[in-house]
Amino acid sequence: MIIQFICRAILLGVPLLYGSTGEIVTEKSGHLNLGIPGIMYVGAISGVVGSFIYENSCGNDIANMNPFLAVIIPLLCAIAGATLMGLLYSFLTVTLHANQNVTGLALTTLGIGLGNFLGASLINITKSELPSIALTKTSSFFSAKLPFADDLGWFGELFFSHDFLTYLAIVIALAVSFVLNRTRVGLNLRSVGENPATADAAGINVIKYRYLATCIGSAIAGLGGLQYVMAYASGVWSNNAFGDRGWMAIALVIFALWKPSMAIVGSFVFGALCNANNYIQGLGTETQELFKMLPYVVTIIVLIITSMRKKREHQPPANLGLNYFREER
Amino acid sequence: MADTAVKTHREPLFHVVKRDDMPWWKAWAIRAATIVIAFFIVGLLSAAVTEKSFGETYSVMFSGVFGRLFEGRTTMLWKYLQEIAILLCLALALTPAFKMKFWNCGAEGQALMGGLAPIVCMIELGPKLPYPVLIAVIAITSIIAGAIWGVIPAIFKAWFNTNETLFTLMMNYIATQIIAYYVYLKGGGSNVINPVEYGNFPAVGNNNYFINIVVVAVITVIMYIYLKYSKQGYEISVVGESQNTARYIGINVKKVIIRTMVISGALCGVTGMLLVAGTDHSININSVGGQGFTAILMSWLGQFNPFIMVIMTALVVFLRIGVSKVADTALLNSSFSEIMVGLVILLLVGCEFFINYSIKFKHSKKEARV
Repeated sequence: MIIQFICRAILLGVPLLYGSTGEIVTEKSGHLNLGIPGIMYVGAISGVVGSFIYENSCGNDIANMNPFLAVIIPLLCAIAGATLMGLLYSFLTVTLHANQNVTGLALTTLGIGLGNFLGASLINITKSELPSIALTKTSSFFSAKLPFADDLGWFGELFFSHDFLTYLAIVIALAVSFVLNRTRVGLNLRSVGENPATADAAGINVIKYRYLATCIGSAIAGLGGLQYVMAYASGVWSNNAFGDRGWMAIALVIFALWKPSMAIVGSFVFGALCNANNYIQGLGTETQELFKMLPYVVTIIVLIITSMRKKREHQPPANLGLNYFREER
Repeated sequence: MADTAVKTHREPLFHVVKRDDMPWWKAWAIRAATIVIAFFIVGLLSAAVTEKSFGETYSVMFSGVFGRLFEGRTTMLWKYLQEIAILLCLALALTPAFKMKFWNCGAEGQALMGGLAPIVCMIELGPKLPYPVLIAVIAITSIIAGAIWGVIPAIFKAWFNTNETLFTLMMNYIATQIIAYYVYLKGGGSNVINPVEYGNFPAVGNNNYFINIVVVAVITVIMYIYLKYSKQGYEISVVGESQNTARYIGINVKKVIIRTMVISGALCGVTGMLLVAGTDHSININSVGGQGFTAILMSWLGQFNPFIMVIMTALVVFLRIGVSKVADTALLNSSFSEIMVGLVILLLVGCEFFINYSIKFKHSKKEARV
C-alpha cells in the first residue's frame, strides 16, 4: 500500500519535475516563462502526432515496430515542438522586448488550443467512438520496466519499476543542477539573470544565453508533457486531460527555491499531495475535492515563508521578468 | 595580428534604438495595420483548415457572431454583447492592479468566489427573503467575497513583498476546489447544480442580458474617470512607476496596494455575480472558463485605457465566437479559435516593438568614419 502510494506519487510528480526543471533553466536567465503550460501541451501533442504517424506507418502492428524508433520519434517530436514554442517566446521577449507575462500567457492560450485542436483532429482521423486516441503500443515501449525489477520485491518496485523517462527526469535535473552551480556556463547564465548589464560588460553574450536558456528549458518542459501521455496515461491522449500541471510546475519552481535538485524532492511531494485524497480512508467525493487543494495551499505557505525570511540564497534571480535592452542603463 | 583587430570591429548590420516620440496616430496606424494583417492570417488559416473559400470563412464568421441581424433578429447580437461585457468587466477589474505593476493573475479565482456568494444566497436564502432584499444581499456578499480573495495576496505583497503572480495563481485553484466541493455538496453527487429560480436578475424587454451589459458599461465609464481624474488613480500610477518616488512624496504604498487590490477583487466579484445571478443561475468550476487569463491580455493590450479595452475585447470575443463557428461548420474542434486568439494576441504584442523602437541600419562606411 505504502509502496504503491510512493510509486504513484513519483509517476504523478515526474511531469512536474520536467516542467519545473525547464522553468528553472529559463528563470535563471531572467525570463519568467508563463507559457510553460502551453509548451507542455505542445510537447505532449507533438509526441502523440509523431508516434501516431509511426504506428500507422507500421500498419498498427507491434511486431513491425522497432523499439528504438518507437521511442526516439515521439521524443524528438516533443523536443522539436516545445523548442519551437520556446523560440517564439524568446523571439518576442528577447528580440522584440515584449512584456514577458503577456507573451507567456498568450503562448499558453496558443499551446493549449494547439494541443486540443490537433488531438481532436487525430480523433477525427481514427473515427474512434471514444474522445481519445490510444497509442498503447508506443506506450508499452516507453513504460518498459527494468528486467530485474520484479525479482527484488518492494525494493525493486520502489527503485527500478519506473519508466525510463522518470530516470531521465532525475538525470536531467541533477545535470542542470551541476551545470548551474559547478561550471562556467552556469555561472554566466546566473549572472545574466541577476544583472544582465554587468554580464554584458564582462563580455557575456546576454542575448545568446537568454535564447538558449529559454529554448533548452522549453525542450525539457516539453518532455514532461510526453511523459504524462506515454507513461502516466498509458498512451491515451484526451483533450484537456493534462489539466493545470503546467501551472503547478511553475509553482514548484518557487517551492524548490530555484534549485533543480530540490525540485526532485518537491515534485514527489507534490505528486503525493495530489494523490493523498485517494489514499485517506473514508472520504466522501466532496471532501476529496477539498483535499485536492493541498498542493496549492502548500505552495502558498512556502511562498510566504521564503518571502518572510528574506534569505539571500532563497530569492529569485534579481532580474526575473525584466527584459534587457543594452541602450537603456 | 592587424587583420584580427580589424575583424573584431565589424559593425552589426543594424541596431535598435528606443524611441518615445511616435505620434499617437502613427502608433494606432501600426496597431490597426497589425489587426488587419492578423485578420487576414486568421482567414487564410481558417480557409486552409476548413477547405472553404476565403470569402466564405469570413461570411460564416460574421453570421456566427451576429446571426441574422439584418433580418431584425438580435438574439446573437445580445449574446455577443454579453460575452464582451463579462470579459471586459474582468479586464477592467485587473487594470488598476496592473497599472500599479501588481500582476493579478487571480481574476479567475476572484470571480469564482464572487460567483459562489450569490449561488449560496440563492439556494439558502432564496425562498426566505423578499426579492429586492435578496438581490441586495447577493450584490454585497459577492463584492465582499471577491475583495477578500483579492486582498489576501495584496496583504502579503505589501508587508513581505511576496510574489503576487504565483500567489494569485494558486488562489485560483483553491477557489476552483472550493467550488467543486460546493457543487458536489449541493448537486447531490453530480458535478452540476440545476439552475436556481430565486434571485435571478430580471429580464428587461425580453432580454436577459440587458442588466449585465448596462452594469459593465457604467463600470467602464467610472473606471476611466477613476484612473484618469481621481487622486487615488494618480496614486496608483505613481506607485506603479516607482515605489520609492511614491514614498518620497508621502504616499502610503502599503495602503495603496491593499486598497487597489480590494477594488480589483471586488470588481472580479461583480463579474462572478453577473455570471451567476445574471446569466447561468448556476455555477460550476468552468463558469469563468479561463477568461481571467484572457482578461490579463485584454487589459494590457488596451494600454490600461477602459475605452480601448472595449475595442480589444470586442475584437477577441468576435474571433472566439466567429472562428468557433467556422470550425464547427467544418466539423472541427472549436479549440481552433483558441489558437487564432493566441496568434492574434502574439502579433499585437509583437507589433508594440515597432512602436517603441526603431531599427537603424548600418551607415555607409564614409559616414561611419566621420
